[in-house]
Amino acid sequence: MGLKQNLHKLKEKYRGTKMAPAFNALHTFLYMPNETTHSGSHVRVVDDLKRTMNTVIMALVPCLIFGIFNAGYQHYAAIDGTLRLDPFANFFTWDNFALGALKVLPLVIISYGVGLLIEFIFAIINKHEVEEGYLVTGMLVPLIVPIDIPLWMLTVAVIFGVVIGKEVFGGTGMNILNPALTIRAFLFFAYPTWMSGDKVWVHGAKEMTGQPDAISGETILGSLAQNQEPIYSIWDSFWGFIPGSVGETSTFLILLGAAFLIYTKIGSWRIMLSAVIGALAMGLIFNGVVNAGWIQEGNTFYGLMSETFWHHLVIGGLAFGIVYMATDPVTGSQTNMGKWYYGFFIGFISVLIRVFNPAYPEGVMLAILLMNVFAPTIDHYVVQGNIKKRMKRLKAKTA
Amino acid sequence: MSKDIKIKKGLTIKLKGEAEKTISSAPRSRTFSIKPSDFHLIIPKMVLREGDKFQAGDTIFYSKSNESIKFVSPVSGTLTKIERGAKRVITNLLIEADTQDTYKDFGVLNPESSSADAIKARLLESGCWPFIMQRPYAVIANTEQEPEAIYVSANTTAPLANDVDFSLNGKEKELQAAVTALSKLTKGQLHVGVGKSGSSPFKGLKDITLHTVSGPHPAGNVGTLINKIQPVNKGEVVWTVAPQDLVIIGELLLTGKFNAERTVALSGSEVKAPKYYKTKIGSEVSTFLYDSGLNSENVRVISGDVLTGAKISPKGHLGYYSNTVTVIPEGDDYELFGWNKPVFDKISTSRALTFSWLMPNKVYDLDTNTNGEHRAFVMTGIYEEVFPLDMYPLQMLKACMVKDLDQMEAMGMYEVAPEDFALTEFVCVSKQPHQQIIRNGLDIMYKEIG
Repeated sequence: MGLKQNLHKLKEKYRGTKMAPAFNALHTFLYMPNETTHSGSHVRVVDDLKRTMNTVIMALVPCLIFGIFNAGYQHYAAIDGTLRLDPFANFFTWDNFALGALKVLPLVIISYGVGLLIEFIFAIINKHEVEEGYLVTGMLVPLIVPIDIPLWMLTVAVIFGVVIGKEVFGGTGMNILNPALTIRAFLFFAYPTWMSGDKVWVHGAKEMTGQPDAISGETILGSLAQNQEPIYSIWDSFWGFIPGSVGETSTFLILLGAAFLIYTKIGSWRIMLSAVIGALAMGLIFNGVVNAGWIQEGNTFYGLMSETFWHHLVIGGLAFGIVYMATDPVTGSQTNMGKWYYGFFIGFISVLIRVFNPAYPEGVMLAILLMNVFAPTIDHYVVQGNIKKRMKRLKAKTA
Repeated sequence: MSKDIKIKKGLTIKLKGEAEKTISSAPRSRTFSIKPSDFHLIIPKMVLREGDKFQAGDTIFYSKSNESIKFVSPVSGTLTKIERGAKRVITNLLIEADTQDTYKDFGVLNPESSSADAIKARLLESGCWPFIMQRPYAVIANTEQEPEAIYVSANTTAPLANDVDFSLNGKEKELQAAVTALSKLTKGQLHVGVGKSGSSPFKGLKDITLHTVSGPHPAGNVGTLINKIQPVNKGEVVWTVAPQDLVIIGELLLTGKFNAERTVALSGSEVKAPKYYKTKIGSEVSTFLYDSGLNSENVRVISGDVLTGAKISPKGHLGYYSNTVTVIPEGDDYELFGWNKPVFDKISTSRALTFSWLMPNKVYDLDTNTNGEHRAFVMTGIYEEVFPLDMYPLQMLKACMVKDLDQMEAMGMYEVAPEDFALTEFVCVSKQPHQQIIRNGLDIMYKEIG
């Protein structure tokens, strides 16, 4: 009781001052506020934005923990290839965890620290409450960057992403592009050597380049883009024992997350399902092209085009993007009908970019950003459909 | 002619404290009040002054924009006080009631044999006109325009609301007179929606088109009925009348008296013995609140149901259109980790560590806490699930917020009233005031177009 009363007194003291949003942001983390309804509906559902965002974070935690282990595992396995013979036995070890935590936790801390600091500053300047959107963004960012990314680079990118991607539009709920992907796109275009190639996905690969004990960290997509047979099996890829961005490797855990998001009704199953359909459709088209003999072995695109169509869902960041980022309600399509189109094109274009962009064989980021831009257009036509129906009714009546 | 309407989208909110089906007589209220704010967009022009004496049915004020729309007193007494707010707007008219009502006699009017004009004139002079609402804009009906149709919803689906099947039982004679009279005022039909189960007093009435409506709330909203029968087009007007107001109209025609009697449902989890009371429009709610008894002091008294009613003080008065008074606990307290802990005792439409979906038949004791802070619109798709009208609620709300009149018109603004957005407001994760947004949108349209 004492704490509650003291905090209430403090809240009253800060009321109307510049620091009120900052204080309230911390206060509301501890206590759900004492706000009551005034007009309209006198009772409300228990769900609020904090609970919603918290649910997404819970769905991401398994990916983060796996990512920590995987960071260590990939490093040690690159040095000692025998570890890969039995990944289940050699994965969940203290060594892997210690090294991974050392590398991943700073990313999380920087992501949240810098991002939330900017959110607080903007909340104080603009005199609005600190909104919860960044809680998810801050969790997504460390999971979608390469493990060895310098912390200063991440800092710059987070500042850019939060300010240009979100705050200039008015904060959570107003942004056009997914902030986490804006941050990643910024990194990708500003520091391409740190974001692609075969040296960034495994800790230590870059520093050891040229040394006798150099290690390679080629991803499956990277190998395929160079028409090489990847060294990992599709099962490795499904369980996630492969190099890649920190949290996106385990399709299994992503599926669990997807199930959780759909069950809690927080993530849109329409977007997830249609994106999967879109990716499979494009994969089948490419397989068909190869089967028809239009693309021969030796062609630049042969490796990725001939990849069995459903493998696209398991390799690379496509699954992660579909489940956690395409479903962002703010930047995605906002009508249920529109979500089908929106999701389908994300899957479709992801695989398209993946195949035709050998320099950077990962399309899901660009596909989602592109569809973010088109989502309002899709919604516009869906709403127009309803409007046309109304016009027709009026015409039938007056005719 | 009977037609079935099935509603799929929606949400029936089950709350504790449903009124028991017995009717008591509330003690006569000493004071009565009429709040001009109950009559949206009406600017009152006073006929009486403070200290004037009058009978039940005497005109107290009329609408400044249309003198023929009169507002009459529910009881005989003395106008003791005209309370004014900012810019001298009249906020409340306080009446000290006589111990016994005397009625102004308007004369009996046989609805069967009377002309539409005679009926209309009688409704206007007797103060019954304000019971007739119109769409578009959800305001008191325009006297100049003939409606396409008239709609009455006698199906109760709102949480803890007055079950009109019960409270209007035995009023068939009055209802018949009222519907016969009103059906002459429209070129279309008078549609009545009744629930699937139960014995509605409307079953068996003539001059109406009866529809059986089933499904979750808002199946009982008159807006849902309109949308499923014949949505309002641009340039058209439809009327809506609440069933309990039909009784007053009917009695006026049959007896010549404006008898403002209401059977009010007193419900809510904070009421010790929730039940029905016979009382009059504008009476003090305390006359029956303390008869039933309240469980605690810190309560929200609502004139109306929990989704659409107005907050009043425990010493306040029954609203002009209300037939329900709901008392629920105030939620002005903090809740430790309320935003992330698992919740079993509150309603949720998601399953984000909320478990109301497991217990579909549980009755809940909800308080007035918003359960979170006001935010920008973030979640999508949740409104459509509880919104049965054929339009896009989120896009409509956004069009209202940016005052895009063309878009509002195209998306169907003429068809809606704020109450149609009560459920979307209830489920809103961002805690946006949907009904207020729609009200403001309608007001702008009324000003610019209407």
